[in-house]
Formats: sequence, C-alpha cells, structure tokens
Amino acid sequence: MSQQTVDSALDLALDGSVPPAGGSGRLQRRPWLGILASALRMTRTRIGLAIVVLILLVAVFGPLIAPYSPTEFVAPPNSPPSSDALFGADALGRDVWSRFLYGGLSVLWMSAAATLLGVVLGVTVGLVAAYSRNWVDDVLMRGNDVVLAFPQIILALLAVSALGAKLWLIVLIVGLTHAPRVARVIRGAAQEVVERDFVKAAEAVGEKRSRIIFGELLPNVTSPLLVELGLRMTYSIALVAAISFLGFGLQPPAADWGLMINENRLSITVQPWSVLLPVLAIGLLTVGTNLVTDGIARAAIGLDRKGH
Amino acid sequence: MRKMILQRLALGVLTLWLISLIVFAALLALPGDAATAILGREATPDRVAALRDQLNLDDSIVSQYLQWIGGVLSGSFGTSAATQEPVSELLSARVGNSAFLVLVAALVAIPLSIGLGVLMAMRRDRPVDHIGSTLSLVLAALPEFVIGIGLILLFATSVFQWFPAVSLIAPDQRAWDVPDVVVLPALTLVLAVVPYISRIMRGSMIEVLESEYVTMARLKGISEREVIWRHAVPNAIVPAIQVAALQLAWMAGGVVLVEFVFSYPGIGQALVGAVENRDMPVVQTVTILGAGIYVLLNLVADLLTILVTPKLRTSAR
Amino acid sequence: MSAGVVDVQDLCIELVGQDADVVDEISLTITPGEVLGVVGESGSGKTTVGMALLGHVRRGGRVGHGAVVVDGRDLAQLGERELRRLRGGTVAYIPQDPGTALNPALRLRRQLFEVLEAHAGEWDGEERDARVRETLEEVALPSDDAFLSRYPHQLSGGQQQRVAIAMAFACRPRVIVCDEPTTGLDVTTQARVLETVRDLCRSHAVAALYVSHDLAVVAELADRVAVMYAGRIVESGTRDQLFTAPRHPYTRRLLRAVPDLAGKRAVVGIPGYAPLPGGRPEGCTFHPRCTLASDRCRETFPAPQDVGGGQIVRCHHAAEAPREVKVEGGAAAAAASPGPEVVLAVRGLDAHHGTRDTLFEIELELHRCECLALVGESGSGKTTLARCVAGLHKDYTGDVVLGDDVLAPAARKRPGAARKDIQYIFQNPYASLNPRRTVGQTIARQLELFDPGRKDMQRRVVECLERVALSGSAANRYPDQLSGGERQRVAIARALAAEPTVMICDEITSALDVSVQAAIIELLRDLRGEIGLGLLFITHNLALIRTIADRVAVMTQGRIVELGPTATLLERPSAPYTQQLLANTPNIAV
Repeated sequence: MSQQTVDSALDLALDGSVPPAGGSGRLQRRPWLGILASALRMTRTRIGLAIVVLILLVAVFGPLIAPYSPTEFVAPPNSPPSSDALFGADALGRDVWSRFLYGGLSVLWMSAAATLLGVVLGVTVGLVAAYSRNWVDDVLMRGNDVVLAFPQIILALLAVSALGAKLWLIVLIVGLTHAPRVARVIRGAAQEVVERDFVKAAEAVGEKRSRIIFGELLPNVTSPLLVELGLRMTYSIALVAAISFLGFGLQPPAADWGLMINENRLSITVQPWSVLLPVLAIGLLTVGTNLVTDGIARAAIGLDRKGH
Repeated sequence: MRKMILQRLALGVLTLWLISLIVFAALLALPGDAATAILGREATPDRVAALRDQLNLDDSIVSQYLQWIGGVLSGSFGTSAATQEPVSELLSARVGNSAFLVLVAALVAIPLSIGLGVLMAMRRDRPVDHIGSTLSLVLAALPEFVIGIGLILLFATSVFQWFPAVSLIAPDQRAWDVPDVVVLPALTLVLAVVPYISRIMRGSMIEVLESEYVTMARLKGISEREVIWRHAVPNAIVPAIQVAALQLAWMAGGVVLVEFVFSYPGIGQALVGAVENRDMPVVQTVTILGAGIYVLLNLVADLLTILVTPKLRTSAR
Repeated sequence: MSAGVVDVQDLCIELVGQDADVVDEISLTITPGEVLGVVGESGSGKTTVGMALLGHVRRGGRVGHGAVVVDGRDLAQLGERELRRLRGGTVAYIPQDPGTALNPALRLRRQLFEVLEAHAGEWDGEERDARVRETLEEVALPSDDAFLSRYPHQLSGGQQQRVAIAMAFACRPRVIVCDEPTTGLDVTTQARVLETVRDLCRSHAVAALYVSHDLAVVAELADRVAVMYAGRIVESGTRDQLFTAPRHPYTRRLLRAVPDLAGKRAVVGIPGYAPLPGGRPEGCTFHPRCTLASDRCRETFPAPQDVGGGQIVRCHHAAEAPREVKVEGGAAAAAASPGPEVVLAVRGLDAHHGTRDTLFEIELELHRCECLALVGESGSGKTTLARCVAGLHKDYTGDVVLGDDVLAPAARKRPGAARKDIQYIFQNPYASLNPRRTVGQTIARQLELFDPGRKDMQRRVVECLERVALSGSAANRYPDQLSGGERQRVAIARALAAEPTVMICDEITSALDVSVQAAIIELLRDLRGEIGLGLLFITHNLALIRTIADRVAVMTQGRIVELGPTATLLERPSAPYTQQLLANTPNIAV
C-alpha cells in the first residue's frame, strides 16, 4: 500500500485517492495502458468511441454498399428523397447517399496522417528542447513561435495559393502546424520531469542523452502525449474538412464531405440532406474524438474515482 | 519587469520579421515563372510583362524582398493581380467589417465565459456543471464552419428565420450599419471560443478554491463572498486572461471560415477568393496582416500575464 | 473534567463513503496559557485533530461523533456565520507552509487588515491600524507602510511565517492551532519562531495546540504532550512525564529513534510503517510493530489508564514494569573504524551558479570506511558541494580527486570507473526513482551499466534488495507502491549495486518519519561495517550526525568554518557559527 510522509498521507486518504485496497498508484499518472483502460471505463469515452467507430465504418465500407457511383446522375438536381435516391439528389443531380458513403475516406486518412506527423515531430522537438535547456532550446522555440504565429488555416491557404490544391501538401501543412503546438505542451510537461532527481541520477551514471530523452523522459509524458494525440486528431479532422469545404481539397467531381457541404449549401432550403448528412458526419466525428480525448485526459489525472 | 517586457517586444519583432520571410517565400514557391503562375489562363505576354514589372520579379530576390517589405511597412501593399486595384483600397472596408465582427464576438464571449467558468466551479459536480461541461465539449469539438451552418439551419432557414443566412452589406455600407447581418457570424465565433475560456476559468477556479491560501482565508473567518471575489478570482483569472487573448488571436484565422460560410465581406472572405484566383499580392497582404495580429495579440497576452502576476511584476530582474 | 478553554470529548472523524475513521476516541483539554504538543508520524491524524478545533474537516472527511467545545461552545452547534466568527477570532491557525498559505496576489496590508475587518468590524481605521502595527512589532517585523505594501513572495520563509503568526494573534484569540509551523525553516529561524510563539502565548494567556512530528521541538515548547499513533492518542501527560518516563511502547521506541545530540545512545528504528486510514489492524493498532504484543493486544484496543499524576496510557502492558527493549549498539559512530587511506579529496574548490559565487576554497578529505558529515543550513552550499563531487554541477574550479585521479567536472566526461565509484543518493524519495520503471528494472539498469555481461540478473537484483532489508518481491513493484522509507532503501540498493567506494547521501532522511529515519541510519551503519564504504553525509540535523559520522564539516555561506571529529566538535565547538548552531538546536534534554 502506498504511503507518504507527514500528513500528506492523511490528505491522500481524505482525498479518497488512496483506494481501500488493491489499488496501485493513484494521483500519479499511470502507464499509458492503464490510462487507456480506465478511460474506457467511462461512459463518455465509450460513447465517443462508439461514434468514431460508426463513422469510421461508414467511411471505410461505405463505398462497398453505395447504390450508385459518386458521379452518376440519378435524378433532377435537388430533388427530394425518393425510391431511387434515398436522400434525394444533390445540386447536380447525383445521389446524395452514394456520394456521402464515398466521401469520408479522404477526410479520415488525411487527418490521421497529419496527426501522426504533427505528434511525432512535436514530441521529438518538445523533448529535445526541454532536455537541452540551452541554445538548442532557444532556437527550437523561436522556430516554434514562427510557425505558431500563423493561424493554421491561413498558413494552409498560403501554401495552397503557391503550390496548388495538392493532398500531400495539405497533410504536410496541417501536420507541420500541429507540431509546434504539441511541442509546446510536451516541452512544458517534460521540463518538470527533467528537474527530477531520477534524471540527475541517470546523468550521474553517464547515460547517453538520447537514452535519457527517450528512455526516462518519454515514458513520463505519456499522459499529455495521449491527450495531445486525441486533441490533434480532432483539430485535424476539422481543418482538413474546412480546407475541403473551402474548395482546396479534393477537387470536383470527387466525393468528399467538405466539398459536398460547399457544393450544396446554396440550395440548403430546398434540399437540406445534401448538406445535412456530411455536416452531421463531420460534427459527430469531431465530437466523438473529443469525447475520447476528454476521457483520456480525465483518466490521466485520475479523475475516474468511484462516486465522483 | 521592464527588461522582461522589452525582451518580449524584441522577440515579437524578430518573429514578425521571420514571418515576413515565410510569406515572401510563398511567391518564390510558385511553380515556374511567378507571373505566369499567378495570371494562369489570362497570361498574355503583355500582362505577364506588366505583372513582372509590378512585382519586381527581374530584381534579385533580396531586392524583391526589401521592396515588398518596405511597401508593407509604409502601407502600400501592391496591386491586386485580379482586379488591378491597389490592395489597400480593396481591403480597407473589409478590415473594418472583420474588426467589427471580432470585436462584437469578443465583447460577448469573454465576460460570458468568465462568468460561466466561475459558476461551474462553484457548482462543481452539480447539474449545471455537468450540462455546461458537456456542451463545452461538443462545441469545442465542432469545426466552426459546422457551427456556422448549424446556426444557419436553425435561425436562418429551416427552423426559425430570424436572421439572414448571407451577410449582404453594400460596398458603401459598414457592418455596424446593418447589425442584423452580424449576429449569426458573431454568434458562431462566440460559440467557438466560449468553451475554451470557460473551461480554463473553471479549472483554474477549482484549483484556486482548493489552494492553501483560500483555505487559510476561510480559517481566518473571512466572509465567503470576499473569499471568492477578493482571494480566489484574482488568482484564478490569470490563465483565463491568457486563453482569452489567445482565442482572440485565433479569431484572426477563425474569421476566414466564418466569413466564407456567411459570405460576410471581410478580409477572411477576401483571402479565400484571392487564393482561388492565385492573387498573390492580396494573399500575402492578408496573411501577413493575420499573422501580425496574431503575434501582437500573443504579445498582449504575455504582457497582461506579467502585469497581473505580482511575482513577475515585482521581480528584481 | 477541568475547565479548559478547549475541551475535546471522544471525537471521531471518519472518511466519507468508506468504512474507516481517520481519528477516533480523541479526548483532550487545554487551559489558557498552556501549550499542548500533539506528536505523531505519518497517518497519525494529528493535523486532522488540529483542524477540528477550527471546526474544519478536509474534503472527504466528516465528524462521526464526539464534541469539540471551544470557549464553552460546541462547534457542532454553531451555524455558518458563528463558525466564521470563531475562526480567526476565537481560534486562530498558524499554517505549516506560509509560502502557500499567504495569497500571492494580495499585499500584506490587505491580508493582515482583513482579519480585523472580519472580527473587529466595529473598530475604526485608526484602531485597526494600531493593532496591526502592535502585532507586527510583537513578532519582530517592521510595521512601516513600505513593508505592508509588499507581496508575500518578497519575504523570506521566516518572515512569511512571522506574518502568519501576526495574522493569527491580531484578534487576540483564545486558542491557537499551530500546524508544524517550523517545518522547512532553518534551525536558527526555527528557534526564533518558537520563541515568538511561546512568548505570545504566555503574554496573552492563549491556549495552544502544537502539532508536530519533531519531538525535540515539542520538548522545548510544550507543557503537556499527547502522542498519537494511527488515529488514536496512545499516551498523554506532562512534558516531563512523557520524556523521562514514557509508558507506551510506541512512545518509548519513538524516543529511541530520535537522534540524541549528547550522543549517549545510538538511534534505533521501528520496523514496519504506520498504517493509513482504512488499513489499520484489529485490536491495538501498534501491535504489528510492537515487541510486547500478546494475544490480548491483537483483539482489543486498550482502554485509557491513568498510571499516576495524570499520565494516561492506552496499552495492555502499561502497568508492567517497563521492560527494556534489547538494543545493541552503544555510543555514536559505527562498528568500522576509518582507515588511513584517502579515497576522495577536494582541493581548492570554488563553485559558481552563473555569475554568482557559491563555494569558496573548499578543502576536505574522505578516508576509507569513514563517514564525513557536511552540516549547514539551507543556502550554505552543502548540496552544491555534493553535486560538484558527483559531477552533477560542473561550474567549478579546483580539483575533485578520486584515489589518485583528478576527475573531470561533468559526470559524462568522467571514466566509467569513476562514475561507478561515486554514487549519489537524493533527498526526495519520491523523485529519485523513475515512476515508470519497476524497482527491479531500475536496479537492473544500474547493474547493466557497471557490471555488464553477466547472466544472472534476476538473482543479483534480489541480492541487492535483500542487502537493504527489502524482500525480493519488491522488484516487481512500482515506486508509488512503496513507502518513503522503502523507496529510500531502493535508492540505496541502486547505489550499492554499483559497488562504489564513496556514497554521497544528500539529506536522505529529511523527508522521512523519525522512526523510518532511524531505521535507515541503522542500515547505513551496518553497511559501512560490512563493505567498507566511505560516506559523505549531508544534513542540516546536528543531532543526526552524532549517530553516524566520524568527522564533521560545518558549512555556512559557501565556506567550511569548522572541520573535526564529531565528538570534539559537538562538545567543544571552536567556531562561533558552530556554537550558535548548537545553541539553537532543540534538544530533548533528558
């Protein structure tokens, strides 16, 4: 059973954070599997995960069950739901339901790729900066600040205006703009860890820098890392969808949720489904990922005590 | 303290300079010949030559940069490649409209979020807190254009029809002449921003309420109202101020999507149009304006933090 | 019972939502002008009892039964407003850590005046002004406007604490609750603060409850003492009764664990550790650690017995003649005597922190099997010196010599053999082990670094753990599953795994309970005897060095002011600073 000195022991007991028995470690952040496991025990995480999985299934398997191809003309433009078209036709006469089923994949893979890029880059920069504590830290943070100085969408638009609406470019820019934000958070968390005695102990026995950074620091920042992963995923989806919505993602006649919203919003009064379906999908997806992220954040702080 | 402020200012200037380099570099990134790329299909030899001259493309890169940045600093932002008008004229009305939109949104969002944060902290774990937290979560997740379209569906078209879905402002009018038109876009921005500020306020308030010095104040027998407003809030509000300034800064980019959704004639919408047309002078101008405001507001956030934290205010260094 | 200002009757405070109490059967009285010391270690519940006098229970707890009567009024019967009037007005609180108890965003003036505004509302500005200045003078702080305009972070720790004392006495309360207010203060500052509290209590006839884990401090200050263990008062009586003739086995063992400045006996620890609420055993809660435990002890908690003169003890064996617990070891230092060989030397060392000079002309030598103590108050530079020796602080000039070789300032640049030979143990047991690695992994890593290529890692890890009296099963635990004392043992095991010649112990017991500290000291003594280790022992606790050190170096402001054999230095100190330090060290004068 864990114990601390002086009456902080009592505070812990009174805080209810010392589990009656069989609990191992509470207030401190737990290894990442433990965090994920306790996050999953929360209703909000489960709901979020369910939503995400649902949308994921629609996006991945949608094309297999779509009645028509996304570019086929099936009815007069903006016609209401009928026996031919489950949700009616879009502004050009194509089947809303089919286009919807085809339209999720691009958003998903692009956001996932951008998130991964951003987090890996951000974590590395953050850890290195936190550990170096010298000119390396300054240079990295200056670089960070410069990228951070651009609102993400504006930097994306700048890049698109120069290089055109290319998908890899969007992934790259979104990922690059995530990196400094992640780096900032991870650096903050790591700075606190760097000061702790066990890192000094590792230095005293002459451990290599890279080993200290990835062996001692990294495992101790898993909770902010997991939280950032979730957050960045949510923002990636929002950004990628937004860029498509503005018309700079997949180009017509491809089926893409963001693009669908843009193409059909002028006829929203007449045919709401062509806008509503993709809006709901994007909205639900981001809410789902945010719920999961929130669950992880709470698990990380140990807020999932019983009776809370 | 003065030294700290000067340091921050110097850093801000450095960042702005580096930003200008990146914005300028966009021109260099254009595939092939810049002028041809910009003009696209309208690239007749005459127009290409004229544009090359305008953008000083025959000079060295350094010279181009200096001429451009010199122009920016003196208020002349070049000529729009699409409309041939001076960029500053094109944008001046729009800057006013966007600024008004952001101002209205901020004036509503900031007091609202702080109040909500304090309320939720004091009613922690009760229904008000749970509902508020859930709503926060949902709103924080939704992309702002989704919120915007949602509001259109709710208040402009299908459910109620209280406000216009498209912000029609005549070229000679200003946004404040047609207030109806500003409501939904501003509301979108407010809904996008309130979750973050109120959440930080709530969190920091909770932390402060459990701090030793608040407990100490209670043990001294101070009245609860004084404990909350005299002891707790001044400490709790500091992170919220930072976040508020950051959210204001975010709005510099947030307007892009919101204006596009509502066709609101601000600089955000101008930017999107310019990107479609590859109108580089306009793109560069809006970008550097947006980034500049962002840096400025971040600086303000930093300075406010220093001013509001006695420890930093009085530090000997 | 007697007409005390404070009268606690059979108080029980329990945990909300769990079937466990924090404290139970607490009964005590305090008369005006009297100081009651409440002594206990972790999990004893002493702070909870202190807070109860203010009608305050920490979040997660509530009053189960019993009554707290202050100045004739039962706190449970008071409404919100009356309770608020009581706090600060009738009962005042002096916090443990004034650094966190003073509001960082408010000036001192506001924080001092608001107590008066809350409780002496009918006074006008002038009267309040006069009282604030008077109180500040009583605690020996300036009372001018410039001082009152300061923020808490602009004061030293001692000054902050005195402001807290001023806030407490401003309304002339009838009762004061002091929650270990001198923890974290220098010995000298501590002495002054204690004096202030004692004088104010006497002059204003205030009843004081002084909560502490430091027996020496309580011995100097209290008139009567109550000893708490695991949520119960196990013994109470006058100060003399308790310190000269303790009857409860725990009290006796506790006194044996307190380092004795006079050096007449070695410290003896108490095996095991105190249980937390919810984990307390049936019967007498001390029985798992008590050598006198019998079947009766395992079944029922003893009732309070008066053993004469008002001394109350709760022990089934209280009436028996005190059986001396057999303890080996006579006088101070260890079984091994220091050899002549110098294993570590520091010559002409000057250290800096950026542009500030922090160490000046340090010269010292450590012999084989010797324990050299570095003693000083905070800011004296002892930790900096230790870090320089270990290679953790490279900003110095001068030489650190191991055996015959001069070492490079940075640990990374030193040869592997040097890094192996000098091992460092940190003060904070909660920060010195990587929370994401099991104990076994931490020790195994050390073995890999310094003795690679062998196959029997598991066995060796277990060996290391057993050497520090931990069971092999600890290898699979994470640090936060261990107690502070156990973690410190793991840190020692980790250091020993490298088989060093020099071990630097940087205040390794300061964060531990007295009984646990004593056990660690015993361990170190035994280890020195077994494997011939040279110890550089850093501490601010003068009494502690008696029990372990052969020689002592006294440091202040970056210099060594005196260096010599322990007994000589402590009995006949020559440097004025040492003399002053000794004079200010509280002692259980027996």
